[in-house]
Amino acid sequence: MSELILILVGTVLVNNFVLVRFLGLCPFMGVSRNLEAAFGMSLATAFVLTLSSAVSYLLHEYLLVPLQLEYLKTIGFILVIAASVQFTEIMVRRLSPLLDQVLGIFIPLIATNCAVLGVALLNVQQSKGFIQSVFFGFGASMGFALVLVLFAAMRERLDAADVPLPFRGTAIALMTAGIMSLAFMGFSGMARP
Amino acid sequence: MEFERRDAPFVTPSTDVASIMRQVLYALIPAALAYVWYFGAGFIFNLLIAALFCAAGEAAMLRLRGRPVEPVLGDFSAMVTAVLLAFALPALTPWWVTATAALFGIVVVKHLYGGLGYNLFNPAMAGYVVVLVAFPLDLNLWTAPRMGDLDYHYMTLFETARYTLTGTFPDYLTFDAISRATPLDVVKAGLNSMNTFEEMRSYPMMGDFGGRGWEWIGNFTAIGGAWLLLRNIIRWQIPFGVLAGLLIPAGIFYFADPAVHASPGFYLFSGGTILCAFFIATDPVTAATSPRGRLVYGLGIGFLIYAIRRWGSYADGVAFAVLLMNMAAPAIDYVTRPRIVGHARRSWGRK
Repeated sequence: MSELILILVGTVLVNNFVLVRFLGLCPFMGVSRNLEAAFGMSLATAFVLTLSSAVSYLLHEYLLVPLQLEYLKTIGFILVIAASVQFTEIMVRRLSPLLDQVLGIFIPLIATNCAVLGVALLNVQQSKGFIQSVFFGFGASMGFALVLVLFAAMRERLDAADVPLPFRGTAIALMTAGIMSLAFMGFSGMARP
Repeated sequence: MEFERRDAPFVTPSTDVASIMRQVLYALIPAALAYVWYFGAGFIFNLLIAALFCAAGEAAMLRLRGRPVEPVLGDFSAMVTAVLLAFALPALTPWWVTATAALFGIVVVKHLYGGLGYNLFNPAMAGYVVVLVAFPLDLNLWTAPRMGDLDYHYMTLFETARYTLTGTFPDYLTFDAISRATPLDVVKAGLNSMNTFEEMRSYPMMGDFGGRGWEWIGNFTAIGGAWLLLRNIIRWQIPFGVLAGLLIPAGIFYFADPAVHASPGFYLFSGGTILCAFFIATDPVTAATSPRGRLVYGLGIGFLIYAIRRWGSYADGVAFAVLLMNMAAPAIDYVTRPRIVGHARRSWGRK
């Protein structure tokens, strides 16, 4: 139990995928223009990431390892991620048109989120078990969600700021992300088992 | 019946930026004197260098942006940044470290965001974190506070100035001879190597609560903070939140197991807790603005200070905690926005 909590704290704060590992920066910059979109993107990513880290663990453990095809893991995981994104999209559209309206345009974007592939590969690299892999994926998506929502709220405030012309838009957003990353260094050293 | 009629002049309270910043500076005077008494004149050099570079950075940025220089430079906000920076840095700091922190704080964190009122992060703390990450060795050179009895080495004014300007010690001194672990360092290292807190409490450097010197600087800081509260320049929510957010978890852990956790009093009086509660966290620009939001913001800072001090690898977490909650402040404001009278309660996700 305490190991799972450590995994969560570790992935949400200490080794945050966006601010410490620098994965998933494209949606971090792209979907942070307003708060509601960021919130929707976070939810969709949380679902896909948890699902794909579970499925890619199973794929690796029960298909690639027995057949000695580990060298295909990157391609295999990409396939799993694309499939789970497609699955999510279809399910959401059929089951909840309301959620589809909120999340619809973001779901295909998740397939290109390198944090998703990163989680799957890190799970294999650190030879985690099934439950740990799922928690690792879930924690990673929660860390992504936390940072994305905070960043979106900051960018809404930045829109009203008197930023010098050459720094408007993405430039100041990138610098903000840099300072956020600096602040996250404060968590270093925590959640060591 | 005739009422007596009174005409102008009325006394209007002056609440412009300059007067508020000036009062913040006055409120820091007792703490500054205590700091100089315990840690030597290095503080004054740091303050002068930080003030010089903050003012220069501010003037240069205003000139580049084509804004009037004098009114902004006259509002003392850059001076408050400089003073907070001088408090955060060790008394013996080479000038380039101070200058880097000051310039990063003013140029990048303040002016690239649009100047006073628009910055998302506290300039002093962002500048401090940059040098803390970039020059860890220089930022670890804390001297022993003046105690009278222990092995306190008093560097003369000239030696201090020389170290500040060149980064070199007099021939008979070395870095190791003069640097001392701060109480926070000692307790963190001790707890990590399975010493009990009671054991460390008996070290002479630990003083009554938070380490000799440190606790008195804390007391004098609190005097200034109380004055600001009385003058209504800061509201109670943030200082209360910071202290409660730090003391409640510290108290719970301490009373659960006093051997392996430091006491709440220790965390309250050591490091920059009190300076943070009254002067750093209360920065009106980067804090949350609604009353409930300010309370949440303060509690968050307090808890993060505790978490970083207790479980993180940095000895003091004040600067990181402030930056982290600066990040959260816009979201906190969004969530704790007071309901407009007559409007329905807001639900998440839809406007």
